[in-house]
Amino acid sequence: MSDKIQTIENLSIGFKSQNGREVSILKDISTHINKGETVGIVGESGSGKSTLALAMMGYTKQGLYTISGQCLFKSNNLLNMTDRDLEKIRGKEIAMIPQNAGQSLTPNLKIGYQIEETLKLHSTINTNDRQLKITELLHKVRLPSPNIIAQRYPHELSGGQQQRVAIAMALAGSPELLLLDEPTTGLDVTTQAHVLELLNEIAKDTDTSMVYVSHDLGAIAQVSDRVIVMYAGEIVLDGDVRDVLSVPIHPYAHGLLNSIPKLSLPGLPEAMPGTPPQLEKNIKGCSFFERCDFATDKCKNSKPELFIPMNKKMKVRCFWHNKLSEKQRKPKYDSNSAHKTKNLDEVLKLDKISITYSKQSIIDQLLNRFSEKNITVKDIEIEINKGETIALVGESGSGKSTILKSIAGLLSTKNGSINFKKTISLSSDVRNRTNSQLRAIQLIFQNPDESLNPSHTVEEILSQPLKLYFQLSGDKLKENIIDLLKKVRLTENYLYRFPRQLSGGEKQRIAVARAFAAKPDIILCDEVTSALDVSVQAAVLKLLQDLKNDMGTTYIFVSHDLAVVRAISDKVAVLYQGRLCEFGPSSEVYKFPSHPYTEVLLGAVLEPNPDLKPVLTAEDRVEESPPEIGCSFQSRCPRVLGEKCFTETPPWQFSKKGNAIRCHIKIENLFKQQTSKN
Amino acid sequence: MVNQNQISKLKRVSEVLISIFSRPSGMIGFSIVILHIIIAIISPLIVPYDYKEINSLIMLRPPSEEFIFGTDQLGRDVFTRTLMGGRVALLVTFFGTLIAVAWGGFVGIFCGLVGGKIDDIVMRIIDAFLAIPWILAMLLIVVILGTSTQVLIPALGFFYGKGIVRVARAATHDVIARDFIMAAKARGHSNFSIIWNELLPNVRDAIMVEGAMRWSWMLLAFSSLSFLGFGVSPPTPDWGLMISEGRGLMSFAYWSVIAPIVALSSLIIGINLSADAFAKALGIDRTQKAPV
Repeated sequence: MSDKIQTIENLSIGFKSQNGREVSILKDISTHINKGETVGIVGESGSGKSTLALAMMGYTKQGLYTISGQCLFKSNNLLNMTDRDLEKIRGKEIAMIPQNAGQSLTPNLKIGYQIEETLKLHSTINTNDRQLKITELLHKVRLPSPNIIAQRYPHELSGGQQQRVAIAMALAGSPELLLLDEPTTGLDVTTQAHVLELLNEIAKDTDTSMVYVSHDLGAIAQVSDRVIVMYAGEIVLDGDVRDVLSVPIHPYAHGLLNSIPKLSLPGLPEAMPGTPPQLEKNIKGCSFFERCDFATDKCKNSKPELFIPMNKKMKVRCFWHNKLSEKQRKPKYDSNSAHKTKNLDEVLKLDKISITYSKQSIIDQLLNRFSEKNITVKDIEIEINKGETIALVGESGSGKSTILKSIAGLLSTKNGSINFKKTISLSSDVRNRTNSQLRAIQLIFQNPDESLNPSHTVEEILSQPLKLYFQLSGDKLKENIIDLLKKVRLTENYLYRFPRQLSGGEKQRIAVARAFAAKPDIILCDEVTSALDVSVQAAVLKLLQDLKNDMGTTYIFVSHDLAVVRAISDKVAVLYQGRLCEFGPSSEVYKFPSHPYTEVLLGAVLEPNPDLKPVLTAEDRVEESPPEIGCSFQSRCPRVLGEKCFTETPPWQFSKKGNAIRCHIKIENLFKQQTSKN
Repeated sequence: MVNQNQISKLKRVSEVLISIFSRPSGMIGFSIVILHIIIAIISPLIVPYDYKEINSLIMLRPPSEEFIFGTDQLGRDVFTRTLMGGRVALLVTFFGTLIAVAWGGFVGIFCGLVGGKIDDIVMRIIDAFLAIPWILAMLLIVVILGTSTQVLIPALGFFYGKGIVRVARAATHDVIARDFIMAAKARGHSNFSIIWNELLPNVRDAIMVEGAMRWSWMLLAFSSLSFLGFGVSPPTPDWGLMISEGRGLMSFAYWSVIAPIVALSSLIIGINLSADAFAKALGIDRTQKAPV
């Protein structure tokens, strides 16, 4: 067919392991990209999706090489071409948009100059017209006032703007194929939704083919026409986005989809058991065999081929796909409503907390005055009851982690107090807390690679809190450690391993176990699942929920992911620029009426369903510091009332169902406005 | 159960060792260094002649069966003197390096931890010392305090600890920014416990590698001092001294300097290669990471 822009035939890419064996990362991949088509490649870390995308540009990472197969771009095998020939194609005919635009733009050159460089290389436009073209490109990626942006340096732009510039640079050569490697990972939800919308428009306007690599099925659903699901270096499912996401007939895709928390379905998602097979392992049968519910002896001994089953429009690599298409995709969700409304003992109260990172001026210090400028977090008031899960939600810079740190005593507060169990006022400096106060509050960090000491074994890691708080030693200590490991569903075999010998999910389990070792009243979870793959994330969330039900622990859960928060929390606090916008039971916060900011956030959440498009109401703009007077959300709010919003701090309003909203708009009017529009 | 933990740690050590010896640089480097150390230890037992016996009848004999490296201007056997010439140098620089690592590591970690004004002041002092040409300072010390090993070891140790201060400080900065330190702080561990359990094991590797590098530099420095006549005093055999003594006669009695030059260079290359392989095995050299 002539409309195929790229064809990949039997491609295998791998590396030589230390003992000289050939280990393949991609195994016998055959697929193609049609002209004007957007293909989403989805898979978890280690599935080979990035390697495949790079191969489409004729590039293999250092240490990797092509074992067999070819990658044809317009009948040229990219993997055989010389660097010089590839240079002519890269950037001009195939362009790549990297994950982190902030790092791929040269920091000391102006945006306009960097785009001009690309133009010089890949177009025939003469010098006079180049400036026009730059403006046009920046305009195309919907950057406001392109001429000003062109004169700026990368660091003067926000993350979303940098990503747009990267897209503009990729478009400079008018490529026929655009490769996007996780282009929205690491961006805030609203920004992400805006960038995806832009990509959709570009695909429509320019008829460019796109390959969108991501672990995020929500993002894939928004942009792709076709989806390729990868597992352990193989394509396991390949078909139209609607077919794949509505009836995923491969068990892995099925499990992946179920493990994503969704806004539309409260409760915990279903976790997928097991971990992907090790690269070095030679698998005779199906690579998903060990984790599959439908596996039989046939799956163990012979490898399924990628084929198009009867009456289906997609390719699948499974013997038992029929079982899945019959099985109604109605995930059985755990309901977490059972533990609601227990004894409402207040366990922690944040009373008008303000935190600032900036040093106070000497005059302010002398007069013992509290400067109103540069306050990162201001007047936070939250009451937390025993056994509840409170979520702090907001985009980057909203101060959610800052609040967590000050609860843990790692960051001192300027104003306000932290009250523990009503009577005890906690010092905001960890050194002034007593042993039992320290024990009561434990932290779990975002990235277990960072939070576990790489030179300690699991046994040493877990023994630290036990020794510190309970002075355990000898057999007693060991018993406790094994007990903890069992609690987080690990076995004794893990005792003497180092963190680097564990998978991401296992590491996070150890971190959870370490927090629980102290038998705390409160556990602070700082984005605990955002560094994990979705299937692992579901398992960790399930573990946290189970442990909470067993031990009655209170969680304070910080996350930027509204769907995860929906799945696990009882109450939600929405923060913007260090100010509380909305607070209430999670079932209510996710319903209207909402604070306009909550509304914007909810609208931008991506669901793995191509028919549920995000609703974009507010501009995606990053504010450097919160406004000194008025409502914190004033400059981005789509529902600004007028003068009042800029001069007066909005009052708290309470809805009938118990959520508090800080807005000048009357709560009834807010409800009317928000519901009538949809 | 403690044993189990130690087994895990030993496994890690053996992994590092295997990794070192599976690299050509590590294999060659370590072989050279170990050979040198063995020779230095056993040389008094195996040398064929007395190192200090002067014999005017056999001055400047070229290499022969009797004297395989020839003899020097005082009729001493070059082979004997070369075998024994590393003894003092190795001893002085080994202990010198230990001192350098100890004080450099301590000050570096301390500065990295306290930060602020104290860090600023200490680092500026270190910078000032770095600006002084080491050889000038060493000469001054040696002239005032003499050339005994008791002077040379601490003096060299002091001068070569400055570089370790910087490395230790940078490594400390690197590690204290990581979450596991914060986690320990939040748990309420004492500062001592945080430094001992969390920080030290993670900066140790970087300091050890830097120490190994400094060892080879110090060796060169010590030999230079001997060469200038401020290190080992005759008749004790020493490579630097031997090169210095044979220098004037090089044009017609090359053999008196070739052997010590080769010995000294090979030891320095050996140490450098080992330090390199060591760094790579520990994963400190980030460019050499495995592809996946």
